[in-house]
Amino acid sequence: MTTLTLAKALNEGLRRSMEDDPKVLVMGEDVGKLGGVFRVTDGLQKDFGEDRVIDTPLAESGIIGTAIGLALRGYRPVCEIQFDGFVFPAADQIITQLAKMRLRSLGMLKLPVVVRIPCGGGIGAVEHHSESPEVYFTHTAGLRVVACSNPVDAYTMIQDAVRCDDPIIFFEPKRRYWDKADVDLAAPGLPLDRARTVRQGSDVTLLAYGPMVKTCLEAAAAAEEDGRDIEVIDLRSLNPLDVDVLTESVTRTGRCVVVHEAPVFTGFGAELAARITERCFYSLEAPVLRVGGFSTPYPPSRLEDYYLPDLDRVLDAVDRTFAY
Amino acid sequence: MTADAPRGADAPPELVQLLTPEGERVEHPDYDIELTAEEVRSLYRDLVLVRRIDLEAVALQRQGELGIWASLLGQEAAQIGSGRALTDADMVFPTYREHGVAWCRDVDPVKLLGLFRGVSHGGWDPAEHNFHLYTIVIGSQTLHAVGYAMGVQRDGAEAATIVYFGDGATSQGDVNESFIWASVFNAPIVFFCQNNQWAISEPLEKQSKIPLYKRASGFGFPGVRVDGNDVFACLAVTRRALQAAREGQGPTLIEAFTYRMGAHTTSDDPTRYRLADELEAWKLKDPIERVKAYLFKNQLADQEFFDKIEAEADALGKDVRSRCLALPDPSPRAIFDRVYAGAHSLLDEEREQYLTYLAGFER
Repeated sequence: MTTLTLAKALNEGLRRSMEDDPKVLVMGEDVGKLGGVFRVTDGLQKDFGEDRVIDTPLAESGIIGTAIGLALRGYRPVCEIQFDGFVFPAADQIITQLAKMRLRSLGMLKLPVVVRIPCGGGIGAVEHHSESPEVYFTHTAGLRVVACSNPVDAYTMIQDAVRCDDPIIFFEPKRRYWDKADVDLAAPGLPLDRARTVRQGSDVTLLAYGPMVKTCLEAAAAAEEDGRDIEVIDLRSLNPLDVDVLTESVTRTGRCVVVHEAPVFTGFGAELAARITERCFYSLEAPVLRVGGFSTPYPPSRLEDYYLPDLDRVLDAVDRTFAY
Repeated sequence: MTADAPRGADAPPELVQLLTPEGERVEHPDYDIELTAEEVRSLYRDLVLVRRIDLEAVALQRQGELGIWASLLGQEAAQIGSGRALTDADMVFPTYREHGVAWCRDVDPVKLLGLFRGVSHGGWDPAEHNFHLYTIVIGSQTLHAVGYAMGVQRDGAEAATIVYFGDGATSQGDVNESFIWASVFNAPIVFFCQNNQWAISEPLEKQSKIPLYKRASGFGFPGVRVDGNDVFACLAVTRRALQAAREGQGPTLIEAFTYRMGAHTTSDDPTRYRLADELEAWKLKDPIERVKAYLFKNQLADQEFFDKIEAEADALGKDVRSRCLALPDPSPRAIFDRVYAGAHSLLDEEREQYLTYLAGFER
């Protein structure tokens, strides 16, 4: 067991991937000498050289577009988008090219590109540095979308993502980068497309991913004092969705609250609520409730504690499910 | 219109030209080329056959057999000249109009038609031909090409990458980013811009205040303008640029100065935005007629040769037509297959449900 922060676990995972396969490349803005603004790629350029850890020009479309070309030549690029709010110049390359090229080629081409995106708020940042753009990508067929929530998963999920032959949008909860956990560097992880029940309970199911998993666990711990037994599921993969795990849980608990930082309106929770309603209709004691960001742009950081779902807002929603 | 980029009959002074519109061979101090009679006849054959494929495709569209077609009429020399400059190891990234380059890479023309008929979005194996799939989003492929060239560089391979785009594409961010990337990483790539003067209805002056080839200097690599209707010059200039790329000298921008003789696509009506006079002036610079004149004048081919090529073109047109009409529609399950390389639970579920639903109609 090694104690690692989430950022360091990603770093170790990337290092392992690069050691295992000489075709794995890391590319992005400031990923080389600096080691990335969050130090996720720290030391990789020193050890693997400038040809494999590429400090790119400051242009996100260029990062993804050239990564596609490198993938077509047989490489496995891992691209870093520095912050969530800067992915949009690359959105065209991701949506019209990366996601669609395999089908376009009738399966003859593979696009093993990982796009790492630090996401979410809670770090007191300026505008464009705290966003949760996951649904733009879950809505795009041809992409896989995953989100890690803790160091143990981060270490194996990044390696699984690099090994995958499909393009993957890999969300990293930036405010959890400094969270620590004991990581067994030799232990295999749960498959990339599987959800994990991180806390078992019988009264209500909380569904979360990325930064909100920890918030939900804290809420569950607090609720325990009030005699509520809350189950928490970390989705890990948003596309595809491990719907069987959710179905089993909600069928058992009869209540479900979805929690994410992104705005609730047409957010990922809407899809979850619809799927769960289809599958668990006769088991539900209450409608699926959603807790998330408001239908506003992300506010200035002095207001973000009001905007972001926290323990109290999660428990408020839990209380409301029991009012039915 | 920029002072030195007329769209009319007068060639701009800085144009590399080796064969005049009248079929006269001219020398150029920097770019010259030795071609045997057999090589010239072979280029002529290519030009005629790709024009014939194109005409057949336009006809098929008019008859409702293709949804749309993007004609290459007028751009045959730019495509055949550059296409025949390539070695097998070189890689091509085309737009959606590079039917002539596809011909040079031995891609079955019927596979190109399949895309426009709607049987698939692609259909050929890019690795088999070193000819990537057509890209419809303007300019996106320039970044893919530079990334591919960076891979070639990392492999230490002796190969160049060439990417095609049009005058309109030079306004796209991706094209400009690809110039920056290629320059900074000294990528072994040739940017081949067919300036056909029109981006659908927008003339060149809506895209640029300077001649396009001059943009290269701002990015830090050479740019050259070639007579895009001169197959000899396109071959010579592209061959030189590809060799420079292979030798580690980095990128070159080639602006092939040509003209879109037809509509943007079969859905377009160019009479709404350009004058018939302009087309007439460019007809005098036809890329095929000048090679024919050269072959005749120099007695490198006789009437029997030209008749033979015409007959071959007729047979090719017939063959392309019949095989296009025989293309089977894909099965509905093709909607779901090959979206992902690995298993995907959501798609597997949707496929199963939809196929079950469809099967209900067969009872």
